[in-house]
This record gives sequence, structure tokens and C-alpha cells, in this order.
Amino acid sequence: MQWITNNLPYLLAGISVGGQYALIAIGYTMVYGILRLINFAHGDIFMAAGLIMVYASASMPFYLSIPLVLVLTVLLGFAVERVAYKPLRQAPRMSVMISAIGVSYLIQNVALYVTGGLSQQYPNIPWLSDTVVVFGAMTKRVTLITPVLTLILIVLLVLLINRTKIGMGMRAVSKDFETSLLMGIKIDNVISVTFIIGSFLAAVGSLLFFTNYTGVTPTVGAMPGLKAFVAAVFGGIGSVPGAVIGAFIIGICENIIKALGWTTFSDAFTFALLILILIFKPTGLFGEKTTDKV
Amino acid sequence: MLKIENLEVAYGGIQALRGISLEVPDGKIVTLIGANGAGKSTTLRTISGLVKAKSGSVQYDGKELLGLPSNKILEAGIAQIPEGRRVFPNLTVLENLKVGAYLRSDKAEIEKDIKWVYELFPRLEERHWQLAGTLSGGEQQMLAVGRGLMSRPKMMMLDEPSLGLAPLVVQDIFSIIREINRQGVTILLVEQNANMALKTADTAYVLETGVITKSGTGLELLNDESIKEAYLGKTRT
Ligand SMILES: Nc1ncnc2c1ncn2[C@@H]1O[C@H](COP(=O)(O)OP(=O)(O)O)[C@@H](O)[C@H]1O
Ligand SMILES: [Mg+2]
Repeated sequence: MQWITNNLPYLLAGISVGGQYALIAIGYTMVYGILRLINFAHGDIFMAAGLIMVYASASMPFYLSIPLVLVLTVLLGFAVERVAYKPLRQAPRMSVMISAIGVSYLIQNVALYVTGGLSQQYPNIPWLSDTVVVFGAMTKRVTLITPVLTLILIVLLVLLINRTKIGMGMRAVSKDFETSLLMGIKIDNVISVTFIIGSFLAAVGSLLFFTNYTGVTPTVGAMPGLKAFVAAVFGGIGSVPGAVIGAFIIGICENIIKALGWTTFSDAFTFALLILILIFKPTGLFGEKTTDKV
Repeated sequence: MLKIENLEVAYGGIQALRGISLEVPDGKIVTLIGANGAGKSTTLRTISGLVKAKSGSVQYDGKELLGLPSNKILEAGIAQIPEGRRVFPNLTVLENLKVGAYLRSDKAEIEKDIKWVYELFPRLEERHWQLAGTLSGGEQQMLAVGRGLMSRPKMMMLDEPSLGLAPLVVQDIFSIIREINRQGVTILLVEQNANMALKTADTAYVLETGVITKSGTGLELLNDESIKEAYLGKTRT
């Protein structure tokens, strides 16, 4: 019993962090699935969602600031695609990738300018950040909410992809741009929807992630962004279920490593995993064998 | 009627079409034959708005199509069945048909048209739940044609529908093309299989390295000595 009480928090934290990585990873994997682009700005959009919350919550109640964060983050993701990627539709893939890196730095530097480089205190969202006791272990309620909310959102997303017209359009475009055009599919709209979904999930992820985190800095998106990216690669980039499973595995493993007392190595583990996958199974758990990788 | 005049298309420095002119009257079957690399696919891809033209015009019922996005060209009533079938392998047969009707929102009519396609191709109904990637080549070609019909085109352009198919399957595909034409759809048929194409077509054009070198009725070209030599496999004695 004592053992459970000691270790349960780590497992719960692992599942919870895994859920947060999953919400970010979906954005990477869906954009890759359609544009074959690694959206380097995605982690920064996640950070921006955190900052927006910091400023929004300072001037309005949570029932307004939370929807505002979701809306503004979605707009940011949409705008990034329209401004930085859409004009490069015919350009070599390397140009789009460089543009993505540029956007990443741009968002970070705007954040640096706005915050003056100081870590901004993330608000305590009531209810979410309340402390609860599970089997004698203390944790924040967000730890319990995250996996549930994540799974609900993923189920909705899978239904959208598999059961709706726009979802069918997304699957078609991800396979064959030209034939999709011949079917009359407006590819730019489909791509925008993909960015909107990815940014929305990243915004939800940021609400959950920062509640367990002290402050928002301009580069705070880098680590969770990278981990989520590794999760997407691990699951097979392009595959939504793959990204989700990869994210939970990484979140749980990191926290098991922490429970073993090797906290210093938990980040190293994730990147060692990335290297191993790239060497032994570059297509990941659920990746396709045929797609060409960057 | 589709009317192409002095159409020039280039890929970078490579001139693929050097000012071709041709007409596809409503209700007819017109074929464009030519060897590999002659510019047949380029012609269809330009009509569909996938490739930009350098100069010339493509008019449909008097309306200029050059410069329009692909969805507008489909809306105008021109569908293309691309070379190599290009069914969506990750979608089911039924979903592929629904994607073909992507521009439409008249649900009841779409259901009717799915039934119509199933009547033309009973095999597709048997396999409606199957992923298109698992179909045989002939079945994929049927699906590609069925998918093209789902936009209810006034004119259908087919790019080498017989490519890589067994002779019996080719017969099937051609008889379906004739049937679709009988039901009122204008056909622009691109083929390397000149024999079948010329037998099927009302009018035929011969394309050689971006230039139209001959035209006439299908029958005329079928009996043309130089065509026989170049495209119908009859060797010089
Ligand atoms: N995307 C492309 N980029 C560069 N050249 C191309 C491209 N597509 C076709 N071509 C060239 O244009 C010419 C005509 O090609 P195409 O229209 O595909 O011929 P066909 O369909 O008659 O076999 C060929 O010389 C081909 O190499
Ligand atoms: Mg061709």
C-alpha cells in the first residue's frame, strides 16, 4: 500500500503528461500527414497560447479568458499557415521548412519582446488546479482531467476524420494532392482546417500543461514541442493514433524514470528513443512504409 | 462544345504543347492518340487547370477556362479520369465515389448516382466497403470512371484508361465508355491503344511531340497507311 501511495503520483503524472504531449503531437502529425511538413512553429504556438492566457486572465474572468485563448490560438495557427506556408505551395519542401523555422523564431522573439524576457506567472485556474487525494496520494485535479479530456477530444477527432465530408477530404488530400484537385476539393481550405484543429488541440494542451507548471517563458514551448514531435515520430508521423500512443508511452516512461530517481535522465531518454527509432524503425509504430521522409 | 485554340504549354524550358487546336463537339467521342511523351496528358491536365498554359485558349460553351482553378472547371461540367487511375487507396470504394461528388451537396441525388454507378459497375457494389488500394487494376479503373461520373459531368476526359489492363478488361472499359456516351456524356479519350480508340471515336486527332499532325474520323485514321505503320503495329514490308 505504501508502495502504491509512493509511486501512484508518478504514474498519474505520466499519464497526464502523456495526454498533454498527445494534444500537441496531433498537430505535428496531421500537418505532416497533409503537407509533409514538420511545423517547427507548433511548439511556439503552444507557448503563445500560454502567454495569451497569462494576459487574458489578468483582465477578465476565466469563463471569458479560456474561450479567448482557444480562439486566438486557432487564429494564430491559421494565420501562420496562410502567411508563411501557403505562398510556398509550389516551392521545394526545404523552403517551407526554412519558413517554419523562421516563424518559430519570430513567435519566440515577439514573446520575448512582450514579456521582456521575464517568466510570466501562469494563473491558477480554479477547479483544475485544486488539490485532490487519490489512494492517499495528493495531486492536482488537472492530472486526472487531462487523460479523460484528451481521450474525448481524440475520439471526436477520429470521428471527424472518418465520418465527415471534410475528414474524407483530409484523407484524400493527404494521399494525392492532384487527384484531390480533380475532385474539386479546395485544398487550401482542407489545409487550413488541419492547422485549426492542430492549434486548437495545442491550446487545450497548454491550459492543462501550464496549470502544472510555474511560468511561461518565450522558449517554454521547445521542450514539450520536441517531446510531442518525438511522440509523433515514434508513433509513425502522419498517423493520429500513432502520435497518441507514442505520447502516452513517452509521458509514462519519463515519469517512471523519475520515480526510479533518475530525474536528470528523463529528457535524455526521450531523445535517445528518437535516435533509436530513426535507426531501427524510421516509419514508427504505425507509419506507412512508402511515404518519403524529409 | 470544348474548343482549344493554339494552346502552348511548357514545363520550364521544355515545350510540351506547341500550339495545338482541337474541338470536342457535345455528345461525341473524340480521341487524342499519340506516343509516350507526345503531350496527351499535358493537354488534359491543362484543361483541368492542373497545369498553366503559356498561351492560347480553352473555351467550353464559349467560356474561357484557362486560369480557372480545378474546382471551377469541374463545376463547369468537365471531369477527368487521370492516367494511372489514381483512386484513393486509403478510402473505401464507396468513399471514393463520394469524393467524386465532393462539390455537390444534393444528398438524395448523390445516392441516386451511386446506384447508377453500381448499375454500370456491379463489381463496385459488391466491394463497396473494401479499401480501393486492395482492388485489382481493372476494378480500380472502373472505380476511377465511376468516381468521375459522380460529379455528373457533361464531358468526361479519360487519360489512357486501357493502360496496363488485360485485353478483356479493356473491352469492358471501352464498352462502358460507349454506354456513358450513349447516356449523353461527351467523351475526350486519350489513348496509346490507337486501335481500340479509333474504333470507338467519332473524331480523332494525332499528337506528335506537341503538335497535332493529323485529324479525321476514327474510321479514316484507322485506314490511314501512315497511322497503321506508326500506331497500329503494322510493320513496313
Ligand atoms: N511535370 C513535368 N515536368 C517537366 N516535364 C514534363 C512534366 N510532365 C510532362 N513533361 C514532359 O512533357 C512532355 C509531354 O508529356 P505528357 O503530356 O505526359 O505526354 P503523354 O501523356 O503524351 O505521354 C514530355 O516530354 C514530358 O517529359
Ligand atoms: Mg500521359
